[in-house]
Amino acid sequence: MTTDTRSERRPTSTTFTRWLGAAVLAGLAWLALFGLVLSPNDRVQKTGVRILYIHVPTAWLAYLAFIVTGVCSVGYLWKRSRNLQWDRVAGASAEVGVVFMGITLVTGMLWGKISWGTYWTWDSRLTTTAFLFVTYIGYLAVRDLGGTHHQRARRSAVLALLAVLEVPLVHFSVKWWRPLHQQESVAEGKLNGLMMFTLFVGLVAFTLLYVWLVLHRQRAMAMDDMVADQGLDAALAERREEAVR
Amino acid sequence: MSTWQIARLVAAKDLRVEWRSRVVTNQVLPFAALVMVMFAFALDNDQALTRVAPGLVWLAAMFSLLVLVQRAFAVETADGALDALKVAGVRSSGIFLGKALALAAQLAVLEAVLLVAAILLYRTEVPAGGVGVLLATYVAATAGLAFVGTLYGGLAAGARGRETLLPLLLLPVVAPVLIGATRATEAALGTNDAMPSEGWPWFGLLALFAAVFGAGGALAFGSLIDD
Amino acid sequence: MRLTDVVAVVGGFPVLAGATLTVERGEIVLLQGPNGAGKTSLLRLCDGLLAVERGTAEVLGHDLSVDRTSVRRHVGLLGHSNGLYADLTVADNVRFWGATVGASQDEVSAAMERMGLAARLAHVRVARLSAGQRRRTALACLVARRAGLWLLDEPHAGLDATGRDELDATLREAAASGATVLVASHELERAGSLATRTVEVAGGQVR
Repeated sequence: MTTDTRSERRPTSTTFTRWLGAAVLAGLAWLALFGLVLSPNDRVQKTGVRILYIHVPTAWLAYLAFIVTGVCSVGYLWKRSRNLQWDRVAGASAEVGVVFMGITLVTGMLWGKISWGTYWTWDSRLTTTAFLFVTYIGYLAVRDLGGTHHQRARRSAVLALLAVLEVPLVHFSVKWWRPLHQQESVAEGKLNGLMMFTLFVGLVAFTLLYVWLVLHRQRAMAMDDMVADQGLDAALAERREEAVR
Repeated sequence: MSTWQIARLVAAKDLRVEWRSRVVTNQVLPFAALVMVMFAFALDNDQALTRVAPGLVWLAAMFSLLVLVQRAFAVETADGALDALKVAGVRSSGIFLGKALALAAQLAVLEAVLLVAAILLYRTEVPAGGVGVLLATYVAATAGLAFVGTLYGGLAAGARGRETLLPLLLLPVVAPVLIGATRATEAALGTNDAMPSEGWPWFGLLALFAAVFGAGGALAFGSLIDD
Repeated sequence: MRLTDVVAVVGGFPVLAGATLTVERGEIVLLQGPNGAGKTSLLRLCDGLLAVERGTAEVLGHDLSVDRTSVRRHVGLLGHSNGLYADLTVADNVRFWGATVGASQDEVSAAMERMGLAARLAHVRVARLSAGQRRRTALACLVARRAGLWLLDEPHAGLDATGRDELDATLREAAASGATVLVASHELERAGSLATRTVEVAGGQVR
């Protein structure tokens, strides 16, 4: 009865993304090599420092993803013409961002346990990250509320901008609340050249991974929307049949 | 009709509904008092209670806020009134400010009850020097909570699964208010050897929060309630 | 009011699949059709509650594809729900809705009288009213708001014979004073007495 709207099997990859994917794999392999084998142990933290090679890049990416979502939300609302591409990138970035943020929090907790014996401490960076994580989850829940593509886009964009307003407020309130920065000084001060290089490799590899994931995800979303619209034409035809019956 | 006139109209309507139905008086205030009692059961240590009383008061306020917001919008969705307000083309910023105003009034009463409960149950004392900070904190925090509650309450109203959506959206956002109000209240009451003067920076944060969400909310409310 | 081949979608489903309709001021148009045909959706579209996916819609001089919020000020929609505040009295409700357009106390009282709500019922809480009385209260709110386009979805439901006649009289008065009235109804008997025109809605379309 309903026409098969998936009759066109279109993959979301292009030549560009295939090259990008290869670069990502290469980057991650390089990171594994340097991170696990070639870079030295830290004097104090020994092997534990290696978690940082994942923790720091994913943290950086989680924040990047959040910024991208914010910028794309502005992008969607800016012009009267309301291009849905902005909304899809915002959504894709948020989805990828949530995953990276989860990894950041878990690796951070593990590293904290190994280094100082505690899983958690209430400093502004950690707490804001956790807050951001929950906000993302709320944002994704709201994206699922339904309605037309544009209704979803508008609601999500406004919500994202409210979150952008909110984050500095949270950051500063926590900072004033617990103004101890012991971790920052301990963490960044003691890395030697090779370790910094590995960290840099990690940043590059994960950034490429982020781009690759977001590209694919937002294309998949575009296709979801397309399927829904094609479904619309089919449903329209069906609906018009009703009148004839 | 100006936004302010609409706001006054909507606020008066909300307060009149409460006056006639007494839901907040009969259900939410007892709930708040109950929460304060349950804290005492859970913490089971008089000295600890006195020390953390500011935090408990504001924590109870946050939970009660959830209930108040649910109620404020249940009134609207029961017979499609919010829909009807949108249909009537009533300016959404006016609706936002009006509902926030009414919510703030109810919150103010609630917070007063919580303070009294703290004085009675947790042996809290309010020194004369701290009254200024305390009042300022209450005003700023109440405004902030009312704005944020109305904003996200509107979003969650009429959405499927809204009961669970509201806490998820609202509680992270009110975190700065919880932190700021608690610290400022501690300063006002002299808990943990804090001085009232230390409360003023926190008041500043609360005022900023209220300003940001008052303005942002007025702009965003229309987009969020549109279905 | 002019709709041309309008398509509207709710949750992926095309509730309107091509609606074409032109209505002049002072007309009372009866929309008839089976359940699920799209009568309610058509009404909701006319007051800007549904987005125009395809086609064009112009209501009271407003193009709904461009801006579907400013038309609402001039439109009164009475759907299955009444838009009333159950804890407030009849007078409170009508006064509130009238006040949203700056109506005077006299206009509000006149609106209530027109719907037979003065005196006895004015100070009764809406929660205590019967379905028919609530409907009349909702209509009084519409009158108080001086709406230019009245959209009514099954307004006769829940009214007794007198109530229905009173409703028809109110609608005719409204149309006579320049309002445009669209009524979606199953009531075939009303076609002759009430409406200037009857239109069939089926499969989300109006031809």
